Formats: sequence, C-alpha cells, structure tokens
Amino acid sequence: MLCALAAIPILIAVAVRVSSAVPPGRGPAFLDRIAQNGLFVGVTAMVVSVPLFLPLTVGVVAGDTIAGEAGQGTLRYLLVAPAGRTRLLIIKYAGAAVFVVVAPLVVALTGAGIGAALFPVGPVTLLSGDTIGTGEAMIRLLLIAAYLAVSLLGLSAIGLFISTLTDVPVGAMAATVVLSVVAQVLDALPQLEWLHPWLFSHYWLDFGDLLRQPVSWDSFAANALLQGGYVAVFGALAYGRFITKDVLS
Amino acid sequence: MSAARPAAELSIETRGLTKRFGQQLAVGGVDLAVPKGAVFGFLGPNGSGKTTTIRLLLGLATATGGSMRVLGEEMPGKLNVVLPRVGALVEGPAFYPFLSGAANLRRMDAADPYGSAATRRARVQSALERVGLTHAADKQVRAYSLGMKQRLGIANALLAPRELLVLDEPTNGLDPQGTREVRSLVRSLAADGATVFVSSHLLAEVEQICTHAAIMSAGRLVAQGTLAELRGAGQARIRVLTPDPGTAAQVLAGLGLTATLGADGRTAGGDGSGAAGSGTDAALFASLPAAPAPAAAPPAAPPGAAAREDGGSAPAVERAAVQPEAVVAALVAAGVRVRGFATEQASLEDRFVALTGEGFDVVQ
Repeated sequence: MLCALAAIPILIAVAVRVSSAVPPGRGPAFLDRIAQNGLFVGVTAMVVSVPLFLPLTVGVVAGDTIAGEAGQGTLRYLLVAPAGRTRLLIIKYAGAAVFVVVAPLVVALTGAGIGAALFPVGPVTLLSGDTIGTGEAMIRLLLIAAYLAVSLLGLSAIGLFISTLTDVPVGAMAATVVLSVVAQVLDALPQLEWLHPWLFSHYWLDFGDLLRQPVSWDSFAANALLQGGYVAVFGALAYGRFITKDVLS
Repeated sequence: MSAARPAAELSIETRGLTKRFGQQLAVGGVDLAVPKGAVFGFLGPNGSGKTTTIRLLLGLATATGGSMRVLGEEMPGKLNVVLPRVGALVEGPAFYPFLSGAANLRRMDAADPYGSAATRRARVQSALERVGLTHAADKQVRAYSLGMKQRLGIANALLAPRELLVLDEPTNGLDPQGTREVRSLVRSLAADGATVFVSSHLLAEVEQICTHAAIMSAGRLVAQGTLAELRGAGQARIRVLTPDPGTAAQVLAGLGLTATLGADGRTAGGDGSGAAGSGTDAALFASLPAAPAPAAAPPAAPPGAAAREDGGSAPAVERAAVQPEAVVAALVAAGVRVRGFATEQASLEDRFVALTGEGFDVVQ
C-alpha cells in the first residue's frame, strides 16, 4: 500500500515531464510549478491524495485492525494467549497510527526525490511571497506531511471503532472510506455550514498556512484539537465495544 | 485456606452457567465439575453448546448468568492470571497464512505477556517437535494441509507448560496416525499432571482416552461423571442364542425381563451337532435393570427436561434383581437349549444416543 502511495508522486512527475508544458492555473494546485521546481512534486502529490487516496489506505489499515483478526480467527487465539483486550486494542491503534504517520511521509519524500531527479530544484516562493532555501523548503514539506498525519488520526480512530463492530474486514474498510467521502461531501455543502467545523475532514486541505512566512499555526492547532476529540470519542467507543464483545468468530 | 479446598480439587467448576444469544438459549444452567488431573471428554451433538461453553470458560464470550472457576480462580475476573496457565485449541486452528508455522507460533507467544522472549525460540521448537511438525516449521501456513494446521494449533496450545488444556475437536482432520499421536499426546500431558478438557463428538475416541466425561444436549448438561459411571447408568443387556425363542421369552418374562427378538436369527445348519428339529437359532435380547428403576431406556430425551442430572453421583453396581448367571440357570432348568449367552455392557454410544436423540432428529 505504501508502494501504491509512492506511485502517485512518481506518476505525477513523469506525466508532467513527458507532457512538457502545463498551462498555468489548470489542473491540481501547484501542478504548473513542478517543471520549475521539483520539490513541488511532493506538495502536489499530497494535495492530490488527500481527498481519496490517503483516506482509502488509512481506511483499509484501520478497518482491518480488529475485524481482520476476527475474520481470520486469530483474534480468539490472541485473546486466549492472553494478549489482553485493552492491550490488543492499544497496540492495534498504535499500528494504525504508525501507518498514518508513514503514509504522507512516503508521498512527500518520494515526491521530493523524484522531483529532484527529473526537475531543477531551487529556492521556493511561499504563499506569503517570501522565498526560502531548499533546506527550509524540505522542512516545510515534512511539516505538511505531519499535518496530514494528524489529520488522518481521527479517521483511523473511526476505522478502529468500526472494525470492532464486525468480523468482516472488507466491510469495516469500506465503511471507513465511505464515511471519509461523506464527510467531505457534507463539508462542501454551504447549507450545512454549522456542521462544518465538526467534520473530521474539515481542515484536511488547510495546510496552506504552513507555506507562509512566518508559519501560521492556527489551522494546525485547530485541526489537532478536532482530531484529538475524534480519537478520544471513537477510541472510547472502540474500547467500550471491544471490552464487552463476544468473540464468536 | 478453607475456602480454597474445593477449588484445589476441581480444575473447572461452573454453576448454572448460562448464555443467551437474543432469544436463543445456547447454554443453559450448566454445572460442570472437572477434577484436577482428569482427561475430561466433553460430548454432545453438533450445536449442543460445547464450543459456546468453551468460549465462556476462556473469557471469549460473557456469560448471561451463572458463575465459573477455572484453576481455582474466579472467571472472568481473574482472566489475565488464569489464561497463561491454560492452553487452548478453540473451534479449529487459525493462523496467518502468509507466515511460516514457526513464525505464527512466535507471534502468538509474543501476544502472551508472560511468554519470555528469551526462551521463545526454544519453546516454539519443542512444541513443534511434540506435534511432529519440525520438518514444516519454515513453510508458509497456507501450504499446510488441514491435518498440519490442526497439529500447529495443538502446538500453539503447548507453547508453555500448562495446567489445563482445552482442546476443541483436537483430532478433526487428522489421519489415523495423527489421531493416534494426539491420543498419546493427551495421555502424556495427563501423565505430566495437566488436566485435559477435550470436546469431541467422536465417542470411540473419548472412550479410549478419557477418564471422565460430560454429555451436552441442546445447551444443557444431561450427564456427567467418570466413564464407568456413565456407562453403568445405562443398563447392561443379555443376549441369548436359542432355537426355542418362545419358551425362552416366557422364562425371561418370569424373571421380570422383557425379551425382544433380535433381527440376526440365523440357520443352525452349520452347527454340526444340530438336532433335527432345531430349525433356526433366534437371538433374544433383554435389558438387565441397572438400578431399581424400570428397564426401558428414556426414549429420546424430552427437550428441555434435563434427563437425569447424574451430577457425579454413582448409581453404579447395586444391580439388585437379576444376575446373568441366574438367567442362564433358569433358562436351562426350563429346558431351553441355550446355544449362546452374552452380557453386553451398554457402550458410551448407547448412552449418548439415549440422552441426545437418534439420527438427525437430535434435540435442538
């Protein structure tokens, strides 16, 4: 799955390289900048994969945590070992969280790497108009990856909870992914504006603040707070469900 | 210490253990008593609640009612203390197909907080050796046959020294050699002092390896005790081979026995000495009353009404009324030509079928 994620920036870079001219202002954000600065491959790839691809992989990993073991029958042996239900749940969530951290990182680093290989790399002009050097730009790139990792923690907690509800891993995965899409659709409806700040996907694309000088941490903090709330609520739900669950698979 | 005394004698003790799934009663009021060091056969037709009981005992499911003690500790409260002392094979083996057999065992052992990482390799190795899987230790489990998976499941239960082994259908999918090996394995475990709780519907197997047994039917425990007690609770019967079935039946009736004519009457022609008018030998069967209670076996135990909770009491050999030798004497005295006489102890299977029903009309 990480390979599939790594394929995105590669695909973008190669496509841009082969098709030479991208008219400015068309296609995904920053796409037209790639030919001038390879570092933008990483940024573009992250922007492209936020709405569907990253949630998809996170949904697969988080949905598989408990339901995957249950579906395979290994859950009963882990519990009889005894792994301890609380311990098992924490370890499973930690595993999903590690994936959530690594996934955007893979996209960012592969993007920067392939960008550096195919295009010139140089100072980057930020949204605020300032220009920063390559090293500083790499740090910004990693900051965006960190922002996305935090963004997806809430979704992975939801996936963990859904995973404790069923013995069919595919069902849990699909439900998690569908929820992430639904949240984004709701977020796009102006009529539901009162709901927007509560949607876990609300701040997903707000990492532009990290591309200003000086860095504005407002959206990072708001996002972290929201995701922390989701982790707390759905973590508690998953715990409540899993501790009392009859393991019959 | 006084409170610990009964617990020390029983490895598993349940009182009124009950589990409902919605409206359906899966396990109802089960009072199990598994003595320490016993090889305990847990019998019952498919769907009679055996596996559910095992799940309750292992804390995989929560009981709706009743209490249980495993290895002297209250369950499921002391789950984390008890389970490391229990090895289990529950409803067939389950492994990660992409890992090798040895890697699977190492992973399972890592899940046990008491499993020391330092001795892990050695313990996995010896568990695999014990079930004869050393040659396939590094093979992916997906390439295992059903029997090999079953052995790996048993190896998983043996990763650490256990005081109690719960084996759900341990010989499922095994070839005759594998079955024999499991049998000797169970015996060797019991010899080491472990209590072995084997669920099975293979009665012959239970008769061979178990010291105690319990029979489940439709979620209820219908009989429990040592193997001898269980067999003894069913009646012994006699089989008389004679060319004079009419007279013989009268004699038997005189003794208070009801004779039935067996289906396997055969010609006496090959009988050499055969008297001319002998015709055919008929086989007569009659049940010897086991206890003072009347003979007739309970016809396909009525559902729900837990037929005879034996609960370990011994109704064994106070067979008062008729002794087999008295029957023979009476027959001969009446001039019946007795050509064969045998007493047949009721098999566990007879008892099992009597308690749980015949054919596919098993009590549900």
